[in-house]
Amino acid sequence: MLTGEWGIDRIGLPAAADDRLGVEWELGVAAAGLDVAARSLSLADGRSLAYDGLIVATGASPRRLPGTDGLSGVHTLRTVDDVLAIRRELDAGARRVVVVGAGFIGAEVAASCRTLGLDVTIVEPLPQPLARVLGDRVGSVIASLHRTNGVDVRLGIGVDAVEGEGSVERVVLTDGSSVDADLVVVGIGVVPNTSWLEGSGLTVDNGVLCDETTLAAPGVVAAGDVARWPNRLFDEVMRVEHWENALDMAAHAARRLLAEGRGEDPSGYVYSPVPWFWSDQYDRKLQLAGRPRPTDDLVVVAGGLDEERFCACYGRDGRATAVIAVNMAGRVVRYRRALADGLSWEQVLADAAGT
Amino acid sequence: MRVKVDYDLCESNAVCMGIAPEVFEVRDDDFLYILQEEPPAELHERVREAVARCPKQAISVEE
Ligand SMILES: Cc1cc2nc3c(=O)[nH]c(=O)nc-3n(C[C@H](O)[C@H](O)[C@H](O)COP(=O)(O)OP(=O)(O)OC[C@H]3O[C@@H](n4cnc5c(N)ncnc54)[C@H](O)[C@@H]3O)c2cc1C
Ligand code: SF4
Repeated sequence: MLTGEWGIDRIGLPAAADDRLGVEWELGVAAAGLDVAARSLSLADGRSLAYDGLIVATGASPRRLPGTDGLSGVHTLRTVDDVLAIRRELDAGARRVVVVGAGFIGAEVAASCRTLGLDVTIVEPLPQPLARVLGDRVGSVIASLHRTNGVDVRLGIGVDAVEGEGSVERVVLTDGSSVDADLVVVGIGVVPNTSWLEGSGLTVDNGVLCDETTLAAPGVVAAGDVARWPNRLFDEVMRVEHWENALDMAAHAARRLLAEGRGEDPSGYVYSPVPWFWSDQYDRKLQLAGRPRPTDDLVVVAGGLDEERFCACYGRDGRATAVIAVNMAGRVVRYRRALADGLSWEQVLADAAGT
Repeated sequence: MRVKVDYDLCESNAVCMGIAPEVFEVRDDDFLYILQEEPPAELHERVREAVARCPKQAISVEE
């Protein structure tokens, strides 16, 4: 949508299921409060709804850059309104774009804007893009991809101030230098939407804390970006901000809720997926499955990090933890399945030796 | 059921392969191959899920 290739007509939710399921929508009304003990949800318009089962799926909202309120031309990107607002700036002739944050959102925005032929600068305080997720080696691959495509990538430097009269004119960096800008897109992470759950009886700690089965309290499950739960497969309490997980976890949470209502044994409902994610940047399709740490070992199993396509595995303590690939999505699917079965590092090394 | 992919839309992200590897395969050449154009009945449910989940809406089925 950012490049104008897709219109709004192509991104709606498929409506067909509603008729079959008998879903009633309450659009334009936010959930304002929850009382878990009373099984009651209060709405922003003052009504309250009693429930037998509740799924919390309020997602997350982008972090904003402090001190930019009231300055036009500074945007975050999460909703359709956000993307339309950015499109309007582009249509109005914005030519110099500064992207704050070289995470997946920032990297994709930068790529889209370069594709449109705009001047793009990325500002990122970490030594490499995504260094905290993918480590420095893969991070540097992403940095050079953007540099090759003409992006000015500024690493290890932060934003000091965004300046302008009414609308943005320049971004001042922490080393005192500044970059002229007509449009600033801020991609510095998201915060789970949990403020409405204060005093609800749910445990909120960087998301709604669930048990291994996605149950957050009697009659309450959570799913998607807002949910945090112990994933047994990775021995980690995680919150996953991926589309695929939002779908899978939602289906799982719904089944778990129904099972609870029937009084079934919860042990059959442990949710332990291998997170999976992809990101399109220029002609590269990057995919990641699993849960790498920047300090993990990294072994290339196909292609090369500096080539147009590659596949590499992360691992520690004798076990593979994740797989990453560029333009080799089929490999990721296979490794993802192997990761679910507990892929050994020995096997990864054997795969690498075989190529 | 007959499975069709619009290769102009398909971006080889292998979402479909994750759901129904018996029917869809993205190979190392980065192209999607349909392994069974007329999958047996026990795969129909998963093929339909692949249709629904394909981010590019590139898969269609004739039933
Ligand atoms: C630009 C962009 C690109 C992305 N690209 C990828 C990608 O390539 N691959 C990938 O895997 N993931 C990607 N993601 C992440 C993915 O979109 C999210 O992980 C996914 O949307 C999470 O779904 P969710 O339903 O949990 O939350 P959301 O999509 O955030 O939905 C939450 C909904 O709850 C509503 N809500 C919030 N508070 C309340 C309240 N109090 N009452 C009622 N309703 C409320 C919100 O309005 C919203 O409609 C991307 C995200 C963005 C923004
Ligand atoms: S899910 Fe869709 S876009 Fe992805 S490989 Fe399959 S057909 Fe192509």
